[in-house]
Amino acid sequence: MSVIQIDAVGKEFKGQAVLKSVSLDVREREFCVLLGPSGCGKTTLLRIIAGLETETGGTVTIGGRRVNGLAPRERNIAMVFQNYAVFPHMTVGENIAFGLRMKKADAALIAQQVKRSAEMMHIEDLLERYASQLSGGQRQRVAVARALAVQPDVLLMDEPLSNLDALLRLEMRSELKGLLRELKTTTLYVTHDQTEAMSLADRIAVMVGGEIVQHAAPHEVYRQPATHFVGGFIGSPPMNFLSATEAHRALGVSAPAGAATLGIRPEDLDLASEGLSIDAKVVEMLGASQQITARVGNELLRVSLGIDPPVHAGQRLTLRARAGCARWYGADGKLLKAA
Amino acid sequence: MTAGKATTAKLFQTLALVISVCWLVPVAIIAVSAFSPRDAISAWPKALVPTDFSLDTLAFFFRVGGVWKATVNSVLVALLTMAFALLLGAPAGYALARFDFRGQNLYRVMIIMTRAFPLAILALPLVTRFIAVGLYDTLLGVALVHTALALPFSILVSSSLFMGIPRELEEAGWTMGCSRLDAFIRIVLPLALPGLAAAMIFSFVISWNEVFAASVLTLNNRTLTAFLFASLEESPLHFRFAGGFFLVLPSLIFIFVVRKYLFAMWGIASR
Repeated sequence: MSVIQIDAVGKEFKGQAVLKSVSLDVREREFCVLLGPSGCGKTTLLRIIAGLETETGGTVTIGGRRVNGLAPRERNIAMVFQNYAVFPHMTVGENIAFGLRMKKADAALIAQQVKRSAEMMHIEDLLERYASQLSGGQRQRVAVARALAVQPDVLLMDEPLSNLDALLRLEMRSELKGLLRELKTTTLYVTHDQTEAMSLADRIAVMVGGEIVQHAAPHEVYRQPATHFVGGFIGSPPMNFLSATEAHRALGVSAPAGAATLGIRPEDLDLASEGLSIDAKVVEMLGASQQITARVGNELLRVSLGIDPPVHAGQRLTLRARAGCARWYGADGKLLKAA
Repeated sequence: MTAGKATTAKLFQTLALVISVCWLVPVAIIAVSAFSPRDAISAWPKALVPTDFSLDTLAFFFRVGGVWKATVNSVLVALLTMAFALLLGAPAGYALARFDFRGQNLYRVMIIMTRAFPLAILALPLVTRFIAVGLYDTLLGVALVHTALALPFSILVSSSLFMGIPRELEEAGWTMGCSRLDAFIRIVLPLALPGLAAAMIFSFVISWNEVFAASVLTLNNRTLTAFLFASLEESPLHFRFAGGFFLVLPSLIFIFVVRKYLFAMWGIASR
């Protein structure tokens, strides 16, 4: 069953289409990530679902109820903001209790929920503190605890980890994933960080230019990028794209009809006795792999190889595509279905 | 580069010193005279510290008929002005801070323009209107005019206060069960309160100090400034000093108390 259903939602801002008829469904207990570069409209979509912004067209359904025109408080959602938005004039405990107090829950339930949420986020020692006395990571924890305390139908998160430093972000990421899996809260999570999206999501909706171009499980998004853009945006290093030339045949793959470009992941190229010959221009030793950059015609080709044997710059390598790993794209940049 | 900076700093320091002296010496002389006995007032040269301290002058001032009544009037008018300026100014400031609406910039300019409009031109029409509607010689009438004077300040200051409060705090409130009004009362207001209090006190001082409108619009219900202004000509020197000191005092105290917030409002303090 879909908890969030978005049907043909559009948003225009000063004559500019920020969202172009977006449709999306988030299933019950699903962790869905909206992924896209900045300015793609993902935060706008999230804010429309929250009721913080008004859509120009289309319908938004939450828990089977059409919520167009309803105020945020009537939607039974909770939201975590990028800059945490922890109320500075309240203690951590009051922050967490705020939502329940507004809903006039009885004191015993509030106390119990505050304790539970604080324990989940490991901030039970901070309940008496004010926001100004907290670090960024702690504020983030308060923001999440505050959102969980109201036991919402849907949890909306807007780049919640982007203001944390790298180490803390990794820590919070795995903690969030474990916690939300356990709570089974339906979550829609906005980020521009593809690793974050890959690691957290049950399904990823990739957005670009106000449209969702692919909505699928991380594995499928990675393996079958629906467009050039998705292949280039997800994966580090990104997918290689080579225009349909002789190079394909040398790699051991043949182009179907209508194919304009070949997409292949750097790790799906293997050394072979015969195939495409390249000269390694740059070799980067990354520990678990070595990344080789070469030039094929006018295009860059990145290859990820195991670190044995070590490759040195200028070395000639012969490559072959791993079977079944080549993807073909039409002139419009869209994935061609396997023939 | 650094030498240039040092020179600029020196220049500013000197300028600040000159301005301070220009403003503070008269205040000091008034204060000293107010605390000196009657005959010391015309003494020359003036002392900047009271030589023989005495409360006679102030005592005399308060015994003059009408001073107390005028003081009470002044306080009442100032309190009314403060309340009106807050009740009208804060919502206007909030609207300016939070909503994009057509003519917003024009509106901002118009707010400031009200201060550019000379009150003297308005005096006659105001008096005839006030007589017609029964506001002439009432405290409410004076308070309304003072509100008009205090409003631009009140609106612009509260708008910058509200702008300093992140929108997300309110939005978080909305998602957590607040209506717009709830969020304003529970989240925005507590955060804006110190600044709003400072703005209110400033409105109080504006009203307390205002002479012209108060003099023109009242006859029997004079505020203290209007009362002193009318009686200054025929009163003895020490009375003027005592009156002057008593008028300056509240402003000095208020400004001193709220100086931190005034700096914050004008963006001098780092954010």
